[in-house]
Amino acid sequence: MTAVRSDTAVRIDGVSRFFGSSAARVQALDNVSLDVRSGEFLCLLGASGCGKSTLLGLIAGLDAPTTGTVDTTGRRAGMMFQDSALLPWLTAGGNIEVPLRLRGIRRAERRERVERLLAMVRLAGLADKRPHELSGGMRQRVSLARAFAQEADILCMDEPFGALDAMTRDLLHDELERIWRETGVTVIFVTHDVREAVRLGDRIVLLSSRPGRVAEIFDVDIERPRRIDSARVAELATTVTTRLREEVGRHGH
Amino acid sequence: MATESGTSTQLRSRSTDLDAETGLEVDAALAGLDALDIPTAQRRPLAARAWAATWPKIGALALFLLLWQIVVWSGWKPTYLLPGPGKALSEFGSRLGTGHFWDALARTLVRAVEGYALAVVIGVVVGVVVSRSTILRTAVGSFITALQTMPSIVWFPLAILLFKLSESAILFVVVLGAAPSVANGVIYGVDYVPPLLVRVGRSMGARGFSLYRYIVAPAALPSVLAGLKQGWAFCWRSLMAGELLVIVPGHSSVGADLQNSRELIDTVGVMASMITIFVVGVLVDAAFNTADQQMRVRRGLIAEGTSAVRAARGGRGPGAAGGGVDPAGGSVDGTVPHQPADAGAGGADGGHAGSAG
Repeated sequence: MTAVRSDTAVRIDGVSRFFGSSAARVQALDNVSLDVRSGEFLCLLGASGCGKSTLLGLIAGLDAPTTGTVDTTGRRAGMMFQDSALLPWLTAGGNIEVPLRLRGIRRAERRERVERLLAMVRLAGLADKRPHELSGGMRQRVSLARAFAQEADILCMDEPFGALDAMTRDLLHDELERIWRETGVTVIFVTHDVREAVRLGDRIVLLSSRPGRVAEIFDVDIERPRRIDSARVAELATTVTTRLREEVGRHGH
Repeated sequence: MATESGTSTQLRSRSTDLDAETGLEVDAALAGLDALDIPTAQRRPLAARAWAATWPKIGALALFLLLWQIVVWSGWKPTYLLPGPGKALSEFGSRLGTGHFWDALARTLVRAVEGYALAVVIGVVVGVVVSRSTILRTAVGSFITALQTMPSIVWFPLAILLFKLSESAILFVVVLGAAPSVANGVIYGVDYVPPLLVRVGRSMGARGFSLYRYIVAPAALPSVLAGLKQGWAFCWRSLMAGELLVIVPGHSSVGADLQNSRELIDTVGVMASMITIFVVGVLVDAAFNTADQQMRVRRGLIAEGTSAVRAARGGRGPGAAGGGVDPAGGSVDGTVPHQPADAGAGGADGGHAGSAG
């Protein structure tokens, strides 16, 4: 592709995804088309069954569309999961090392990179801790560092802060925003929390449910750094919530 | 685009005052939360933990010996048929000084190790192959379990016909006894690998062999270890049955000694041999439990010291000596890597008390 390093990081074109065999076929995504700009912070928002995780899996290359194409324009996608999904038999540092080992990077360099990535998520010196010794928020930061260890240009995040308490989540929003700005990575962030989407996103893609379709795209013209409790965030969140309820309401009968 | 020089970009982002301020504020709050999140429970001293893990076993053993002695005192059987624990133990003790005892034990252990090693190799290969193929799975999955439930002793007539009274006959039955357990451990281990972890592995670029190496094998380890442990138990049982039935001329062994004592109506000798068999079983079981305990502590499946605490509360562990060895593993091993990393976590000292959050 000549489009490498273009302004578009991900091109999603007419993507549908069905699960199951012919008789009990379920459609998760229906003709979704969407361009993600390079360096953009894009939030995918929707209720249950909108296929947002499916879409993320397609972008991360874990799954293939039934029809349509997903083009990551030569960029590498890394994935971060809701449940930190750290490997429990490895230390924090060991977890971050796995993608480096998979790419055959030498030991000395690995160690150095692990330290740098841990410092980036403000967990310097905790390389030898095991996942169960860390709090939920710390585990998610290790998970974030591990995603960065994949040298991803596109960071796919599947409700990464969904299971955290509100205070930790707010702080991690700040952290994520800082790291996003420092690295210039493209973030595709799946959430069902409208305020979180408004707090973080440059754009919010609202998906309808069963099957997932793009219902509406909102531009978030609020200056950064934002606070989740600011009036402007709340205002836009109200608009988006109203629209989301409309979409969800169509399934009530 | 991705992260290159973390520090220089960090400096750049801090160049604006606003950013620097919020940055510092976030820093402080985050550091505070982290410090609160690091558990502060202290480890009990090693001696206390070792004692807590040991005394229930000693107590159970003492109780057993007492009951035995009471039965002997009751005069239920003449003492030449049922001697007391004192006699049996002193016979066991005096045997420890003889070369014959050690020769017999060495032969038995060599047979056990050879048979077990072969069973592990076969079990792991069969387990991996079967777990990868749905067809094989349907074909031989239940067959393996059926094989496992066959008492090993029923194989001996066939083994003796095939191999005569030879080492091979014993090896044959020992391998047949132990391999199905190992194979089942591998199959179930692979079955129960959380799909999320496989997804994680794939998202990091692991495929085929590397997926097995980095995700599937370590995730399956607990079940594999359980299979290995059970395999050992079957191996040891089959071997003992074999040594009683298949006495190879000129080859002394623990089982042969046992059989020999029975023929001479030497009950003390029978019991001394049984004590030998029991002690080997306990020691190997303890080794497996230590490995299991270490693995669980490392993975946060057990809070360090929990089993010792449980033991201190009344030792409701499994069976008196056989299964009750486990707490010693986790508490005495000293490999638990949980010394605090001293990373500005104010006031947090000591290891961990359990899963945080």
